[in-house]
Amino acid sequence: MASAPKAITSKTAAAMTAAPKSSLFKRMRGQKQLMLMSLPILLYVLLFAYYPIWGWTMAFQKWRPGTPFSQQEWVGFKHFKFLFKDDTFLLVLRNTIGMSLINMVSGFVTAIVFAILLNEIKNKLYKRSIQTISYLPHFLSWIIVTGIVANALSVDGGIINVVLMKLGFIHEPIMWLSKPHYFWGIVGASHVWKEVGWNAIIYLAAITSIDPSLYEAAEIDGANRYKKMLHITLPGIRSIVIILLIMNLGWIMDAGFEVQYLLGNGVVVDWSQTIDIFVLKYGLQIGNYSLATAAGIFKTVVSITLIFAANTIAKRFGEDRLI
Amino acid sequence: MRTRTLRLEPVVFNTFNAVIMIALAVVTLYPFLNTLAVSFNAGNDTVRGGIYLWPRIWTDQNYKAVFAGGTLYHAFWVSVARTVIATVLSLFLTSMLSYAVSRREYVFRKPVTLLIVLTMYFNAGLIPSYFLMKDLHLLNSFWVYVIPGLISAFNMIVIRTYMQTLPEGLIESARVDGAGDFRTFFSIILPLCQPVLATVALFVAVGQWNSWFDTFIYASSKQSLSTLQYELMKLLSSASLSNSNPSVANSSNPGAVHNMVTPMSIRAAITIVASVPILIVYPFLQKYFVHGMQLGSVKE
Repeated sequence: MASAPKAITSKTAAAMTAAPKSSLFKRMRGQKQLMLMSLPILLYVLLFAYYPIWGWTMAFQKWRPGTPFSQQEWVGFKHFKFLFKDDTFLLVLRNTIGMSLINMVSGFVTAIVFAILLNEIKNKLYKRSIQTISYLPHFLSWIIVTGIVANALSVDGGIINVVLMKLGFIHEPIMWLSKPHYFWGIVGASHVWKEVGWNAIIYLAAITSIDPSLYEAAEIDGANRYKKMLHITLPGIRSIVIILLIMNLGWIMDAGFEVQYLLGNGVVVDWSQTIDIFVLKYGLQIGNYSLATAAGIFKTVVSITLIFAANTIAKRFGEDRLI
Repeated sequence: MRTRTLRLEPVVFNTFNAVIMIALAVVTLYPFLNTLAVSFNAGNDTVRGGIYLWPRIWTDQNYKAVFAGGTLYHAFWVSVARTVIATVLSLFLTSMLSYAVSRREYVFRKPVTLLIVLTMYFNAGLIPSYFLMKDLHLLNSFWVYVIPGLISAFNMIVIRTYMQTLPEGLIESARVDGAGDFRTFFSIILPLCQPVLATVALFVAVGQWNSWFDTFIYASSKQSLSTLQYELMKLLSSASLSNSNPSVANSSNPGAVHNMVTPMSIRAAITIVASVPILIVYPFLQKYFVHGMQLGSVKE
């Protein structure tokens, strides 16, 4: 199997060289149907996922639409240099990383806590009902979710303001969506609301796969509920938490696009814009394709670097590799 | 003292736990039930506030406006069409691909898997993708909804992992009977994959049904290609306008019947129309997709 990747390039060479390779060639001949099932789809993936990388050349050009490639003017790293001197881009970068970290940390903590609490429920029907309800928001689109969030936070009759006022915490409604410093928190809370049940699926599975005899042994030793959570449940899901955590680090540049785009407004723009919105605005709305592509490349390169770094770190910690 | 704390502890914990779980259920369900109430309440009355779980002035005008045969009705059918077509095609192609890469003897198994799994981790970006769609003449075409996203690496991993759990003897005995890979796939493997196919179908269908960004980027200049989610998105921005100015609310809505229908009330109705199909289906597939998520988290 190890020689298989080479087979693509040495297809013709294989026919005339050594014996093991010709047996490979023979195996290929017997696998025409498997190739027919997969290679056209691979071509499709190459076209839609890999070929557009060619478009990255735009970031190094003073790209003008409708001009042949050979006549585009090359400008080197000019656009990248511009990006890192641009105040808007630096703000956008801060917002992206800030919101990502908030989403990640709050997402992890709430999902793990929810999974542990759910696991303590012994009544099957009760447990299942709560679970089913908790998945519901995951299936709603961000359009619907942001509509719900905007309604809940609205100044006239939004449920959050109504409840806070009834409880006496505030005396007049707060304009939540017009306060720049609340924006990251609102995005984080929206993510938690939408995904907590869904994210808990994996932790719940990990918890249920912990050997029950460990709990029994701990009980005999006199461990209470909290001791068991701390010394058996948490270590039991440690490796899946670490894997998911580093996997998510690779997506730190993906703070999301939809929430910020849909909930953001002119007042909070300095705290709401992410790299994706920046790319959309400069690229498709203003028409500065080269600059927008440069920002997109920066995002992808950072993501890939983080993924590979995470992969290496995971290996060093003795955890399973991701890719 | 010691025995008392021991007996008291489970009660305290279970009460505390139940309070959290019920709070979570309320926080999850309330916005939905509230939207449902607003969608059945007269729009001009909703503006006065105070609608929580039950409509004050019952009306079905909001729903009539959605299904009246205008743009919203058309958008609904575009959403249905893209969801059905893309789900069927994606399921077929992804499962076929998964079958090929699940076969251990397949010489290209590793390179094909690797090239597809890698697409999970990088993205050429919005601008290059936009120009690709343009070059392929997919802009302002219905097929821009279907063609670009047919294969997802995640779904492939989920199906492939499931296929690898099937007994190898099944395939061997088919081989002995002289079946080729196509026949083995269609008549033996595919029927056994129903649970995982249901999961992936749900993932693809939900993604399609909820999508609005592709309409926004690739097809926004063609009203006939607008989807339900995109119409909802447009209403979201116009409704925030109308909060400050009620007259805008009424004039901007072509389907207004004696102010019974406002952007806010019609938004509630579309939200219900856009979420109910999924909400009816997903509880029945719960067992499958929970398993599917676990398969997907098993790495390559």
